[in-house]
Amino acid sequence: MPNDLAISLSGPQPVVNLLSTASLRHLLSPKLLSARARPLGKTENRVGRLVLFTAIGGIFWLMVFGLLYRLLRYFRGIPEIGALLAGKLLALTLLSLLGILILSNIVTALSSFFLAKDLDLLVAAPVDWLRLYGAKLLETTIHSSWMVVLIATPVLTAYGISYEGGFFYPLVAIAAMIPLLLIPSAIGSALTLLLVNIFPARRTRDILSVIAVLAAAGVVLLFRLVRPERLARPEGFRSLIEFISLLRTPTSSWTPSEWAAQGIMSWLRSDAEILPFYLLWSTAAVAIVIGAVLHRWLYMRGFSKSQESGERWVRQGPFGRLVARALTPWGVMRRELVLKEMRLFFRDTTQWSQLILLAVLVVVYVFNIKFLPLRGEGITFFLQNVIPFVNLILAGFVLASIAARFIFPGISLEGRTLWLLRSSPLEMRQLLWSKFWVGTLPLLVLALILIFATGILLEVSNFMMAVSVFTITLMTFAIAGLALGFGALFPKFNTENAAQIPTSFGGLILMMASIALIAIVIVLEARPVYQYVGTQYLKETPSVMGLWIGFGGAALVCLAATFIPIRIAIRRMKELER
Amino acid sequence: MIELKGLTKKYGSFTAVDSIDLSVPDGELFGFLGPNGAGKTTTLRMIAGILQPTAGSIHLAGIDLSADPIAAKSKLGFIPDRPFIYEKLTGAEFLRFVAGLYGQDGDKVEHRGRELMALFDLEEWADELVESYSHGMRQKLIISSAFIHRPDVIVVDEPMVGLDPKAARILKDLFRAYVRRGHTIMMSTHTLEVAETLCDRIAIIQHGKIRAVGKLSELRSESAGAGLEEIFLKLTGETAARDAMEVLDA
Repeated sequence: MPNDLAISLSGPQPVVNLLSTASLRHLLSPKLLSARARPLGKTENRVGRLVLFTAIGGIFWLMVFGLLYRLLRYFRGIPEIGALLAGKLLALTLLSLLGILILSNIVTALSSFFLAKDLDLLVAAPVDWLRLYGAKLLETTIHSSWMVVLIATPVLTAYGISYEGGFFYPLVAIAAMIPLLLIPSAIGSALTLLLVNIFPARRTRDILSVIAVLAAAGVVLLFRLVRPERLARPEGFRSLIEFISLLRTPTSSWTPSEWAAQGIMSWLRSDAEILPFYLLWSTAAVAIVIGAVLHRWLYMRGFSKSQESGERWVRQGPFGRLVARALTPWGVMRRELVLKEMRLFFRDTTQWSQLILLAVLVVVYVFNIKFLPLRGEGITFFLQNVIPFVNLILAGFVLASIAARFIFPGISLEGRTLWLLRSSPLEMRQLLWSKFWVGTLPLLVLALILIFATGILLEVSNFMMAVSVFTITLMTFAIAGLALGFGALFPKFNTENAAQIPTSFGGLILMMASIALIAIVIVLEARPVYQYVGTQYLKETPSVMGLWIGFGGAALVCLAATFIPIRIAIRRMKELER
Repeated sequence: MIELKGLTKKYGSFTAVDSIDLSVPDGELFGFLGPNGAGKTTTLRMIAGILQPTAGSIHLAGIDLSADPIAAKSKLGFIPDRPFIYEKLTGAEFLRFVAGLYGQDGDKVEHRGRELMALFDLEEWADELVESYSHGMRQKLIISSAFIHRPDVIVVDEPMVGLDPKAARILKDLFRAYVRRGHTIMMSTHTLEVAETLCDRIAIIQHGKIRAVGKLSELRSESAGAGLEEIFLKLTGETAARDAMEVLDA
């Protein structure tokens, strides 16, 4: 036995004081230390990235702040209803953020309370249940709320400055926002705890499907209750009094977002009310206490269950057999690559959890299109044709975010199995193209459904429908190509969680490139569309050359954006040494 | 001391661990052998308090794990088969964190952490982020973390995976020295040579049931003096060599 071994095992036996077991701060310390160490990591162009992130964040903040500030100054100039409109706008904004927070907390709680890799270590240690709950609740709150806080900051700043909230206004806003973040976190975590206990074993996919349906239904219901489109059309009301009475009515008296809006607006009107803050903080306290009690009763059972394999036997279903048969003419290697991609996707619950957010995004998008006020006074023939064209930009954004979620991480997720792929007689070209098609075809189907659904709701002309289908098809290919290309250029091979890949630096660059692509395509097509709509209105014949240049140019840009990134990605993958 | 009574774990209709009764006294290094999927890891994870048993009880150092999990877990050190370490912590920070989970900090913990890292040749890496560690280095760090709080009982799943010969030797010496001081180790392994040279007693588990338990000499005498490999293959119904030939001929 080496001498140093004796030293290691020497010393008195520990007397564990249970009251001094890991504190909440100690449980959170790895996350804090990790956050501190992250900028010190061996990442390339760290300063460049930091500058870029800061610049983009700054521009976003300034834009939100500038727009809202102007709007609020305008509201301040309207007697009687100005303050009501500002209050209503704040209530609606906070209600939307509350909806996003609940959904985001459910998904995050599943990961932090049940799937996180550090849980084995923490649960095996003598950690007090309440401290574990507190640490994981705080972790869930921070993970699911940071983006909402980033969005809310310029909004609340604009309110404070335009209504001259004074020196203590930031404290008032913080006092309203903290419980607004804690309530959905406690509720979301409790709901996840119940769902994990109700569903058999590791059926997270089932749980998430239920959440997706509930969330989509909830969002639709929320919008139906609020009917925001009515506020945009005051002429739809029988009288000004009816309009004012709608503005005076709380969006929903029982939602914390309404209390927060009331609390903030009462301060800004120099008529500070305590009740909204009392309601917010007491509700947050009750939610956390109920969450803690549920955690004590159900957590260990749920955590134990969450480790059990839900599906021990996985058989190929009829769809899988059909795809396998359909792919047979393309050769065994391509067939197996495509089947592997499909199987991994459908069996990876972390991927599925992201579908929820996207499903809600699409539902909200279509729903908003349905209720756009496109009839009535001031809505011209021209506007009726321009809005479907603008719709293409929004559809492009939706596609870009989906591609960033599902196609972009493809190469990064291959990291741990790259040794297998690289040591096999597989060409990187085949791997990348199989990833491209597996990602692009569902994206194209979704894009076409979106365009047809919104086109029918908007009652677009045949010409605009044809333009929309043509453009969205090309854009889908281009965005998928960009996603794959940037995925290979900025891989994150060592990530723990697939959901973190789209929010990486490469993901940000991809989103910027996608926005640039959409802008170029829309600018190229805008002129021929404008000309065509104008000539239709004036009953003239449009210039064929103009149409060819515009649409041909857009097609060329899209094809270049499809093929060039994939070529770069193939070269990059061949050079990669891991 | 580890005591398992009627320990059972079911996943739906599948019984992973089937009513195990086992007692590992103080000062014993106990080996847990069995083929893949036999129920070794499930048993060890139940002892570590990570999985809840469907039935039965677990006592660690005389404390009922289900009745007083905090007190029972404070006696335990667990080394899982697929360990997770925070990538963005340094080795020293990780050890400090684990000690803190057991309510320990201060100079003694720092000293002990440094010694454990030195023992496994990790002292130069103490302030490097774990993300830069090799697989073997991570394994050494995890093993160090199981000793940092001086547990009474150590439960370890496949400890030798990824270790170089020197580290494997140190670990064997460490385990032996540890049990000589009256502590308990329960270890699962596929390396029969390790079980043969290291363990005081061995249990062989298959399909969730204990097929045999006892000292190696006792198992040998029951199997007409056969080696551990023969005993293992006989008890677990493996006909490895014949199967291998058939596969090659297929």
